[in-house]
Amino acid sequence: MSGQTELELAGQVVELVRRLGGPATQVEAVVTRADLALTRFANSGIHQNVSESTVGVRLRVHVDGRTAAGGGSVVTDDGLSALVERTLAAARLCPPDPGWPGLTPRMPMQDAPPVDEATAHAEPDQRADRVGAFVAAAGGLSTAGYCRTAHRSSAFANSAGHSAYGRSVEAAMDGIARRDGVDGVARRSADRLSDLDGAELGAQAAAKAQAAADPVELPPGHYEVVFEPAAVADLLQNLSFYGFNGKRYAERQSFAEPGAAQFDRAVTVVDDPLGGSGLPFDAEGTGRRALTLVEAGTTRAVAHDRRTAAEAGSESTGHAVAGGATWGPMPRNLRLTGAVAGPASAVGRSTTGAAAGAVVDADTAALVAGVRRGLLVTDLWYTRVLDPKSLVVTGLTRNGVWLIEDGTVVRAVRDLRFTESYPRALGPGAVLGLGARAVRQPERVDGAWWAAPSLRLASWHFTGGASG
Amino acid sequence: MTEFDAATAAVQAALDAGARYADARVMHRRYESMTARNGDVEELTQDESIGIGVRALVGASWGFHAVPDLSDAAARDAGRRATRTAMASARVPGPSVDLVPVQAVTASWASGCQIDPLGVPLSDKGDLLVDATRTMAEHGADLAEGLYQIWDTAKWFVSSEGHRIDQRIRECGGGISATSIGDGETQRRSWPSYRGQYGTTGWELVESLDLAAHAAQIAEESRALLTAPPCPAGETDLILGGEQLALQIHESVGHAIELDRILGWEAAFAGTSWLDLAQLGSLRYGSELMNITIDPTIPGALGSFGFDDEGSPAVKRDAVRDGRWVGVLAGRDSAAMASLDYGGSVRADGWARLPMVRMTNVGLEPGPHTLEEIIAATDDGVLMDLNRSWSIDDKRLNFQFGCEVGWEIKKGRRGRMLRNPTYTGIGPLFWRSMDMLSSETVSWGTPNCGKGQPGQVGHTGHPAAPARFRNVRVGVSA
Repeated sequence: MSGQTELELAGQVVELVRRLGGPATQVEAVVTRADLALTRFANSGIHQNVSESTVGVRLRVHVDGRTAAGGGSVVTDDGLSALVERTLAAARLCPPDPGWPGLTPRMPMQDAPPVDEATAHAEPDQRADRVGAFVAAAGGLSTAGYCRTAHRSSAFANSAGHSAYGRSVEAAMDGIARRDGVDGVARRSADRLSDLDGAELGAQAAAKAQAAADPVELPPGHYEVVFEPAAVADLLQNLSFYGFNGKRYAERQSFAEPGAAQFDRAVTVVDDPLGGSGLPFDAEGTGRRALTLVEAGTTRAVAHDRRTAAEAGSESTGHAVAGGATWGPMPRNLRLTGAVAGPASAVGRSTTGAAAGAVVDADTAALVAGVRRGLLVTDLWYTRVLDPKSLVVTGLTRNGVWLIEDGTVVRAVRDLRFTESYPRALGPGAVLGLGARAVRQPERVDGAWWAAPSLRLASWHFTGGASG
Repeated sequence: MTEFDAATAAVQAALDAGARYADARVMHRRYESMTARNGDVEELTQDESIGIGVRALVGASWGFHAVPDLSDAAARDAGRRATRTAMASARVPGPSVDLVPVQAVTASWASGCQIDPLGVPLSDKGDLLVDATRTMAEHGADLAEGLYQIWDTAKWFVSSEGHRIDQRIRECGGGISATSIGDGETQRRSWPSYRGQYGTTGWELVESLDLAAHAAQIAEESRALLTAPPCPAGETDLILGGEQLALQIHESVGHAIELDRILGWEAAFAGTSWLDLAQLGSLRYGSELMNITIDPTIPGALGSFGFDDEGSPAVKRDAVRDGRWVGVLAGRDSAAMASLDYGGSVRADGWARLPMVRMTNVGLEPGPHTLEEIIAATDDGVLMDLNRSWSIDDKRLNFQFGCEVGWEIKKGRRGRMLRNPTYTGIGPLFWRSMDMLSSETVSWGTPNCGKGQPGQVGHTGHPAAPARFRNVRVGVSA
């Protein structure tokens, strides 16, 4: 990179496009340098330990009414020239793009949260030590999981004179403890590696694994449920990708109806990209800001990039992603707002005997205490959409399920398969309680997270047991 | 400085820093994709990525580092950092690591390609998708989508044991889908499968799919499905088309026989496996019609290569023979840990990713029947085809699949179309119920197999043909 900053490189790409494509060519460029590292463990030892220091350029050009996008990892002068020439040639050969929404104009950027430099430059020893603490705290149970750190430094520039720069960091830890074929889990996403306590997470995972021992099989059917934050994160992810996605909304494939009371009044969902240490702009350079998607049960908005916003007669909400013309704009930092906190003393009262350890926080304990008969579900797994419009999803429970009777967790249950419409399960009158404290759960890639408290639902349709 | 020079420098630097084994992969990948919707090109993307990934083994611990810079200094620094990371791994050590022996060779390999897919004019490729999606829209589809994808990957592999291998693998494919939107639900039909069919071939594969010829029919079927009767709930005989059976193999056999899962290396994320190594060679996985091979040598199949990403040559092996489990997908380290003598199934999805156990071509050998014979022999059942949803538990036992379309089978004849067909079961019980298998095998390509942390996308192949399964639970709904 010859010492050039990301912003200088983005500007160089824009100038190159205008020089080679002519002054009327519209172009936007994003240059991102990333340092990503992940320390992975299994059978209580580190078995995969990886890091990458990369730089990537993405550009989109619009010339003579035609659009093409390109990307590359070669940021020498020759490499950038080749990328620009290739992308311009592709655009000229493409059919016209009547839906081109134009470039993002100059706009002020909201200040992004500060970046924790210690996390940005974390060493492999620091990740390994957290893994070691997790393993040690599991009390001899077999453990597996990861600790990761991510740092991105990214710049945007376009030919409309707009430019922006920002950095993001994230640290995350996700691990299980295993006992006789059953698992307990603990996972967190944070802005600082120092906020991740491997020992605390390892102890939590181990306690849940101990509580999950000797599970019984229950018949399928409709059960009242208390979902812990990891399970709620799956609800948020699917609602986001399939429901609050402006492209799917425009295609009438989304359940979302802005202005309609589609959810229980307890449900408020906000996309809050700067609630963590995220980049302050999207792939089109639009500033990212909080967007209320559901307010007290009423759907308020869907996410837009410039293309879907133009189709909807609206404005971009700052959710453009690379490849967005195909996949659509997706909120990736959802926060389900919690309710008033329950009494902390509820912890421990809701579990007995062998199931002690199933409930790990006061929020969940308070919700469990109100259930006459139902299930406590830690995590959901392999959820897939049967129909996007009704958002009927099938999947399985994972990492711990327990039977609740008369407000008490009484015993572990084997995993169950479910088939359920997520909007219907969260619909008016369906939410019986919500914890106060949202716990941030990591997504598979850095920069995305789901913050949720525990959640009590009136009914969840389990369609099969572990044996079929 | 050549790609081999960069890889050699990286390996030497890793050894100099203290590694007892190291390897390096330089990869140069060009990628192109185009999507179209309702008669317009929706998105055209062309990416090019070059870099080097270095793997170092220190004691019992691995480290990996990747950079997009092939200069001597950058390659050496990547080698040193891989070794330093491996040393950090030793703070929480696992069991000792051995590598099953593989002959160190100097070799070149390239996949077959009649028509260079990146050489086909963009306008021709665009016209193909535009015309097909326009036809679907004209025949009733609310959402008519088309897609092609092309990968052209060159890679150079060097190991401290003396490997020096270069390969060029060209992959491409595509498909079309028609979605009709009704009151509260959507129905979709695709050709030849959702998001397409893929192989290690040239553009001739896409031409052979004849997308335009199928556009009108799938659009009309997607609309007809909106008013078709729902798939009834209950137990019945299930006939699966080849495309759906390919995914059934992928999910309930391919992942289950991955040795890293069996050893617990994926326990926290992708999951483990219901299979126990103690039963390798004796466990009855399915009926005697079930013969599954691991075969990266199939010309044109998506999981084919000359050598895997740790230098093991492509070799065909049995995974299930006459219904009995006899083989696994393995790498050199996992095989040694399991006291097996073969690897050969380790790949990375790019230079920035650690090679790991992946499916190659895992498929079902042909049976003695045809689809029409199977239908004719079925008194009461459902035929389902083209996957719409897939879900399976973390041990690869309990699955539920949804298909785009079902057909009622009554007294040996195909009857009404059925909407929202789903089926569910337990892997080995399901496979033991297979009693008829067609000879009409197609090597289906799956270009979106997710695994690993950080995430990797694998390209896998699955030879499969229609088959019948007895007494399967169908019609699961919300």
